Amino acid sequence: MAELIIPAIVSCIVAFFTVYFVTPPLIQFLQKRNLAVKDMNKKDHVMVVRPGGPSIIAGIIASELVLYGFFQINEILAIMITSFIAFVVGYVDDRKVMGGWFKPVALVIASTPIIFLGTYDSNLAFPLFGTVQIPALYLGLVIFMIPVTGNTINSIDVLNGVASGFMIIASFSLSIALFILQNYEMAIISLPLGFVSLAFYKYHKIPSKIFPGDSGALTLGAMYGTIAIVGHVEIIAAVALLPAIINSFLFLSSMKRIVEHRQIKGKPVEHTEDFKLKATNDKTAPVTLVRLILAGGPLSEKQVGYAIFKLAIFSGILAIITAFMMRVVI
Amino acid sequence: MKIGLFGFLFVMWILILAGGGILVAILGPFSISGYGDLDLLLTSVLKAIIAIILVVVWILVLSKLKNWIFKKEIKY
Repeated sequence: MAELIIPAIVSCIVAFFTVYFVTPPLIQFLQKRNLAVKDMNKKDHVMVVRPGGPSIIAGIIASELVLYGFFQINEILAIMITSFIAFVVGYVDDRKVMGGWFKPVALVIASTPIIFLGTYDSNLAFPLFGTVQIPALYLGLVIFMIPVTGNTINSIDVLNGVASGFMIIASFSLSIALFILQNYEMAIISLPLGFVSLAFYKYHKIPSKIFPGDSGALTLGAMYGTIAIVGHVEIIAAVALLPAIINSFLFLSSMKRIVEHRQIKGKPVEHTEDFKLKATNDKTAPVTLVRLILAGGPLSEKQVGYAIFKLAIFSGILAIITAFMMRVVI
Repeated sequence: MKIGLFGFLFVMWILILAGGGILVAILGPFSISGYGDLDLLLTSVLKAIIAIILVVVWILVLSKLKNWIFKKEIKY
């Protein structure tokens, strides 16, 4: 255990400070190239640069390389390669408008390193009831998991700071769960995700100086999904991600198909005169998590963000309880 | 924020735990024999089909629950 402390500390420092120091020059670079979009939830005409994916992937690769220097295991390679492919997929979508099916299909390719490096275990562990061996089905789960986690985090990236703030809570919950399960090596390998998100949140929180873009959100989601698979904590990871999963579930069950946000005509949310967010009664608009939060009345962008964080903390606690339950078999 | 979303999260969590129990109870001991080398493959395929059916049922239950919990909110 003691020999794991130094790699843990060094990798967390590298993860945090890489993003902390790389993001400001990235913001300047994107400003010079005029790669900015309008922040739709601000009263004034505010332009915010995007994508922040390059600084996020730099933090992940740098910290995981440090960890690979300590432990030469394929799990770290799987995390790095999968996250990098997801970043490339997201970056293509940031630069060129792609169809609704592009990201889910392209992210299937991102999941292949997990299979080729043999970093998965076909036993799926459930709390209280033990494990079930599903070799063929588990392969499908691996292929399915990365597009789901990537797009789920991407779908919650709707307000200033929400995607990175949500990722801080979900990833630290997952790391705590891995510590509870005494999977110390994987717990340490998972920690950089929380620290990368934490450093990026500094620039992404309201009022945002940079948006993560598809490249940032897909990278965070893909790394989270890979940790879930190679750390054998798929169910715990799903529980910690529940608010984002609810968002995707509500969206898909109301739209009845996979569709890009930009293709939707109806608006789920509009602004009041004092520029608070307010749910609409538009029947063509998707039902989303934000729309349900606003069903009780108009709220500011910051208040909605905090409401999502409260839900994330609640799910994080359920995930940690689930980890304790994993150690009990009826 | 109303309690509804926290309730929905909690119900989803319970459904995951219950779903896990059903999966382990039904799929765990399930195996096919008598087909030689194909035994493992056939077992896996059948397990996959049962699991997919369970997931579809899980989504339908969740969809009904969503409509019930958010009947006031989802009136669009």
